[in-house]
Amino acid sequence: MARLSPARKTRPVPRLEPRIIALTFLVGAILTATAIRLYYLQIIKHHELSQLADRNRIRIQRLPALRGLVYDVHHRPLVDTRPSFDAVMVPEDAPDLGRTVNRLEQLLGEDGAAKRLEDAQEQGRPEFEPVTVEERLNWQQVVTLETHQLELPGVSLQVNPQRHYIYGPLASHLLGYVGEVTMKDLARLPDYRMGDEIGKFGLERAWEGTLRGDSGGQEIEVDAVGRRLRMLREIPERPGDSIIMTIDLDLQRVAEEAIGNRAGALVALDPNTGYVLALASHPAFDPNLFAGGITAAQWRALVTDPTHPLENRAIQGAYPPGSTFKIVDSIAALSDRVLTPQTAYYCPGGMYYGGREYRCWRKQGHGTISVHRAIIESCDVFFYNVGQRLGVDRLAAWAHALGLGQKTGIELDNERSGVIPSSQWKWRRYRERWYPAETLSVAIGQGYVAVTPLQLAELAAEIANGGIFYQPQFVKEVDSIDGTPVKVFPPIIRSRVHIAPAVLDQVRSAMVGVVNAPNGTAHAARLDNVIVAGKTGTAQVIKEAQGVRVKENEGPEKYRDHAWFMAFAPVDHPRIAVACIIEHGGHGGSAAGPVVKAVMQEFFMKNPPQGSSGQITQESRDKRPAVALSDDTDRNDMHEQFDTQTE
Amino acid sequence: MALDRRMLLHFDWTVFTTTIALGSVGLLSVLSATWSGEHHAIDPLVVRQLIWIGVGVVLMTAAALFDYRALNSYAYAFYAVTLGLLILVAVAGQSTGGSRRWINLGFLKLEPSELAKLAVVLVVVHCLREEPPRGGWRAHQMLLPAVLVAIPVGLVLKQPDLGTALILLIITATLVFVGGLNWRTMAALIIGAVMAAPIGWHYLKPYQRERLVSFVNPQSDPLGAGYHIIQSEIAIGSGGAWGKGIFQGTQARLNFLPEQTTDFIFAVYAEEFGFAGSMLLLGLYAVLIARGTWIARHARDRFGSLLAVGVSGIIFWQVAINIGMATGMLPVVGITLPLVSYGGSSLIAMMAAAGVLISINMRRYLF
Repeated sequence: MARLSPARKTRPVPRLEPRIIALTFLVGAILTATAIRLYYLQIIKHHELSQLADRNRIRIQRLPALRGLVYDVHHRPLVDTRPSFDAVMVPEDAPDLGRTVNRLEQLLGEDGAAKRLEDAQEQGRPEFEPVTVEERLNWQQVVTLETHQLELPGVSLQVNPQRHYIYGPLASHLLGYVGEVTMKDLARLPDYRMGDEIGKFGLERAWEGTLRGDSGGQEIEVDAVGRRLRMLREIPERPGDSIIMTIDLDLQRVAEEAIGNRAGALVALDPNTGYVLALASHPAFDPNLFAGGITAAQWRALVTDPTHPLENRAIQGAYPPGSTFKIVDSIAALSDRVLTPQTAYYCPGGMYYGGREYRCWRKQGHGTISVHRAIIESCDVFFYNVGQRLGVDRLAAWAHALGLGQKTGIELDNERSGVIPSSQWKWRRYRERWYPAETLSVAIGQGYVAVTPLQLAELAAEIANGGIFYQPQFVKEVDSIDGTPVKVFPPIIRSRVHIAPAVLDQVRSAMVGVVNAPNGTAHAARLDNVIVAGKTGTAQVIKEAQGVRVKENEGPEKYRDHAWFMAFAPVDHPRIAVACIIEHGGHGGSAAGPVVKAVMQEFFMKNPPQGSSGQITQESRDKRPAVALSDDTDRNDMHEQFDTQTE
Repeated sequence: MALDRRMLLHFDWTVFTTTIALGSVGLLSVLSATWSGEHHAIDPLVVRQLIWIGVGVVLMTAAALFDYRALNSYAYAFYAVTLGLLILVAVAGQSTGGSRRWINLGFLKLEPSELAKLAVVLVVVHCLREEPPRGGWRAHQMLLPAVLVAIPVGLVLKQPDLGTALILLIITATLVFVGGLNWRTMAALIIGAVMAAPIGWHYLKPYQRERLVSFVNPQSDPLGAGYHIIQSEIAIGSGGAWGKGIFQGTQARLNFLPEQTTDFIFAVYAEEFGFAGSMLLLGLYAVLIARGTWIARHARDRFGSLLAVGVSGIIFWQVAINIGMATGMLPVVGITLPLVSYGGSSLIAMMAAAGVLISINMRRYLF
């Protein structure tokens, strides 16, 4: 229209036109540049800037799952989760911050609040983000804060779940404890975040995956000043599963009370399943200390304690088994026909070997003695001879077959394997050949031999069940939070060693004698209604010159011998096998025997023996003719020995 | 005045419709920027903006029918009134955020600096309406317009309103360039301006300096001065090709954007309508400005031509600087997006200016 108009020819502004056109080009160039910039931002950088927009507005808040509970075998809770109160503060909500903080510190009786706020500010706390000013308030503090709420604008209580070990130090080594994840854990565990709780020790650590559950999360939309506006998305958390242990709370308690304040350990197993009925290690610690954060001073005190309360002696303590090892000698020698029940040796109170005297614990000697009485009276000279005839390697092979000197595979960290020496082992370890004289020490469970209380309990269980090595297990069942079983754990046979029934009978009847015969070394462990079979042991602490033995109850305690006792009962249908060590306890029968007796008493009170006559039934007498008290009754001459003297 | 049939035939519908379209985009953006997710209520700001658009359309039509040539004789009067208002602002203006910009008239918070843009255009065009001598205008001949511009610029800077002062200077430069300034004088002015920049830096307020620094490097202070640039870029970029949809822009909704209804309205719009929306808006401006320069080239007299350049220039430079700022190409200065930003003064001034464009076009066949 305009182009065709006649006015075009007579346009009055020809002199302006070039510059207007120049200006039009400038306008075009700038608008084009703007369009390109918009293309860059909205198309090319769209993805990145979208993420930034979301990061601006979306805060992700994790909802940690409630940790699973732990119950004993009768579904009595051992570990639960209780509320713990923290004081949190939103500084923006306090009109006079300084005064509120002062009042808060005054009411709490602690003066860390101001510093916590400053630190949070320095770390770039977003506005309206609450700051934890005091953790784990005691009840008094909670009540004080509640009643003075009006004086403390911006301060509120936050409830956090905290792990609670109901019986404090009871079974602490088995249950373990939880703590905050470390940077090292975070690097290998993608599901964990700073501040999360993680099992650090014991069952809490070994069963972390079961107990933890899956944490949930909330996506929360916030505005530019960080105020929460709404929840965009929520993934609910899945609480952790509960664990039903094989432990009997009462049995555990009796065991720990019986050990008392002495250092030692006790393991009670069901010989027919390998389930751990009780597992105690003393001194213990209170796992509640760790829940919600242990102080540096408390931690230092625990790790530097010379009695090593954090060590689980039942699996981490490797001790010379002492005379309990004579059971292994006997099984090996009888099975390999090095020994018959009638083979007798003369014990004059010691023997010379390689130019040195090896003494029996009984200076006046045992006279002519065969395997049955040698076990009952724990004659050293008899087993020196047995060891010598067997040789260390055959002995080691049997010990290994019985599961000694190797980890039992219990689901706990830091289990020690102990040592069963052999000539090969010595060569590997020391590049030295085996001296036959060393076999004598091994035969009485001294020298290089070292076993854990759990291994010895397994040995007792094997003798009880006829040679089956059940994997020790302390978890019977995993239940979901509502109590429906998720998984049950049947017994697992780890290995089986063939022991001839005659050999078993021989050893069992001797072990019955140890407890029940008047000359037995463990008369203190005798029960009225159940026949207990056992073996005492005394492990030397220092390598003293043979013959200069420190008497028990004499000399400084740290040089006193460790006392062992392993046992199972009832002898005809065994239902419990126990091993116990009392460090520096002296004599096995008198120090460890009563502890085992207490545990057995409790066990049989709750699980009364069938046909509770206390006597061996006719049936069992027929089946195992060797198991008989009468064998020992004629050896009354030894009577004065077992209560007062060492083995 | 004579209303010729030919004149009505040449009523410029392009300018008229793009202006109203831009006003509508603005209304929509203001609605979205003030939309509260909780109450789902229309903010009173939106109602006011709608009223001002209505007033603006009436004024635009009136300006279109009014013979622009009369403006030549009213130039000084209009200029004087504006100066008076600027002085009144300096004395009795309402201050927000440390700057005095408004006179509260009850029904309207009058912002004289918006009028100053038109007044400066008018008075400079008045000075340049005669043909320049051969070789173009000399420096001494430009003394009068220089003084006439310097006074409102000084008053506006005093408020302080760096953005408007900048627009006044740029529009003057544009007019003087088109009006035929001597090439050598122009070169001297440019060199002089570059040399004066450090001195100008000295007179800037600390916050203005901060803006310049953070423009060069927004990450230097992401929570402080650079914050607005970063948040605006995030808003625009997160809109993507098609935008998040109306009322869905989180950057605006959650107050991450500053000055959402005025200086950063473009970010609100671009976040919700995406690249497509941005191009539509930019296209509307391009049509309006192109039409303005076309009118300048086809005006019946030199005064009308320069006036069209001035009006197009005001619109263009504000668009370029506002969007340039929102997209992080230019430092943050307070300049509204013409016809879109919330504000009665700006809207009325811009619609009246568009009416002047129509008036110039309508009268190009009248002799």
